[in-house]
Amino acid sequence: MDRALVLHLGVIAALALAYAVLPAYHAGNLARIMVLAIYAMAYNLAFGYTGLLSLGHALFFGAGMYGLSLSMQHLGTPVLPAFAIALISAAIVTAVVGALALRTKGVAFMIVTLMFAQAGYLTALYFSTWTRGEEGFVLPQAMRQIAGIDLTTAMGRYYAALVLFAATLLLIGHIVRSPFGRSLVAIRENEARATMLGYDVQRLKWQALVISGTISGLAGATFALLFGYAGAGFAAVPYSILPLLYVLLGGAGTTLGPLVGAAFMIYLFDLSSDITDAYMLIAGVVLVLLTMFLPQGILGTLRARSVRWLP
Amino acid sequence: MDFGPHLMLAMLEGAVTAAILALTAMGLSVVFGVMRVVNVAHGEFYMLGAVIAWYIATTLGTHPALGFVAALLIAPVLVGALAATADRLILQHINYDPERTIVATIGLLFIIQQGTLMTFGPDARPVVPPFNSRIPLPWVEWVDDKMAFYYPWGLSITSYKLFVIAAAAAILIALWLFMTRTRAGLIMRATQQDSQMAQAFGIPVSRVYALVFGLGAALAAMGAVLVVPIQQAHYLMGADPLLLSFIVVIIGGLGSLPGTVIAALLIGLSDGIISVFFSPTVAKITATLAVAMVLVFRPQGLLGKKAH
Repeated sequence: MDRALVLHLGVIAALALAYAVLPAYHAGNLARIMVLAIYAMAYNLAFGYTGLLSLGHALFFGAGMYGLSLSMQHLGTPVLPAFAIALISAAIVTAVVGALALRTKGVAFMIVTLMFAQAGYLTALYFSTWTRGEEGFVLPQAMRQIAGIDLTTAMGRYYAALVLFAATLLLIGHIVRSPFGRSLVAIRENEARATMLGYDVQRLKWQALVISGTISGLAGATFALLFGYAGAGFAAVPYSILPLLYVLLGGAGTTLGPLVGAAFMIYLFDLSSDITDAYMLIAGVVLVLLTMFLPQGILGTLRARSVRWLP
Repeated sequence: MDFGPHLMLAMLEGAVTAAILALTAMGLSVVFGVMRVVNVAHGEFYMLGAVIAWYIATTLGTHPALGFVAALLIAPVLVGALAATADRLILQHINYDPERTIVATIGLLFIIQQGTLMTFGPDARPVVPPFNSRIPLPWVEWVDDKMAFYYPWGLSITSYKLFVIAAAAAILIALWLFMTRTRAGLIMRATQQDSQMAQAFGIPVSRVYALVFGLGAALAAMGAVLVVPIQQAHYLMGADPLLLSFIVVIIGGLGSLPGTVIAALLIGLSDGIISVFFSPTVAKITATLAVAMVLVFRPQGLLGKKAH
């Protein structure tokens, strides 16, 4: 086993123990952090590894969230099929949006993804008969269980989040070190050269985006399932910016950066809530400071300075 | 009311939207044209203009016209100064890298928006228009094969709305004269064409950038001061103008000033007409998707000539 895999397994083991050690409040926070870290890891695959700065991932998060919650709420679908619907809807949405948006690059790509996500958010508002718009709806408690495990309890929620987090971390850790992942990094570093070397850049970018969008959908579905709530706010602009923030803070292009960034920001939001309700103010300040002074993020800087093998 | 008068009213309301939009979008377009960066915080500078106008109007509190004129003079200067400071502190520091600028201005967006929420509060607050007389509009009808004028109920516009259209046109003409006839405008255009060459000829490019960024924000603030007597000041009011400005600037071709004006008229009028006859959400969804498609299939804009 190599160091990167050992590190990932170590983090997962530490998180598994943390539930027993930490006070209930922090364990609850950690469950939320892990779900958002899944979202951030998905975002990192597109942004950190492939260099696709999307401002519209809330669309994919929302597709997963609504895929699961609408089918549970209105069709009475059990959890596992609802999860499948969530992943399929997120994959389809990403495949279509990706095929269109990837015809553009750089700033145009950012604006196009932003616009698609905005259209998605407005659509969720428009169909408020089913989605209940900004207000959202609460998933019936009785339905939130898998194979007899109750996901409404703190423990069920924590370990369900951990299982999905671990699966995503290992999957992404594997992808980025596979030949496919290496070619994504090549595209990020120098797209023209990757094209010249014979890589089908357009196709690779699309595949990366579809994987990223589908995992974002997984995160959205998990969020709705574990916390029992779905609302249009999760498909709005801030939810496209937050994963960018987590990834930038933790370190773009590092496998554990998203977890570090999400943990850091969620505790920062939490602490600041004593002072102000305007938590996005903190997000704004951190975003500006990061772009100015720490563009590589925490783990990225650590890797550049000392721990060179950091995955 | 019949279809005809309805359409005319929609077009007049649309013309007001178009006038404000032309100012706001022009700010975004000037910044993109000269500096090649997209300012996502543009809508928040607009919102700040409206909020500052409210503060000035309430503080002065004498005659509405006095407060309004003071706001029209002071608010754009304050907002412009704030933007220029942000440019020097943040954008210059990251060297105007296009992608990092977007991320930094997103941060700025949340700082300004949430900062306003904390100080100004979540309420929408009105500013009294300096004058606001109702002008009924005539409509023609064929009665016994003869044309007859009559005044249908509800078909009217206020004098203030007509003033908004005229004021926006005057500001845009002044901007055009400034860009084409003055030395400062020449320096701006030189920087736009080739910033390195301009630097080599001794133009203080970084100062030009700060001024252009301030000017862009000031244009948005002017639009907001004009609009705030019609539409109240609110901390979230920046989102729609930002989106619409994006749409205008993209359709008109990023950085093309005449294209911006034409596109603003087009979008403003159609927005007015569509939202009278259809649900505003559907109108927004259609417009947003249409613009995304323009960017995907015709990145130089509908009126632009060359891709960058």
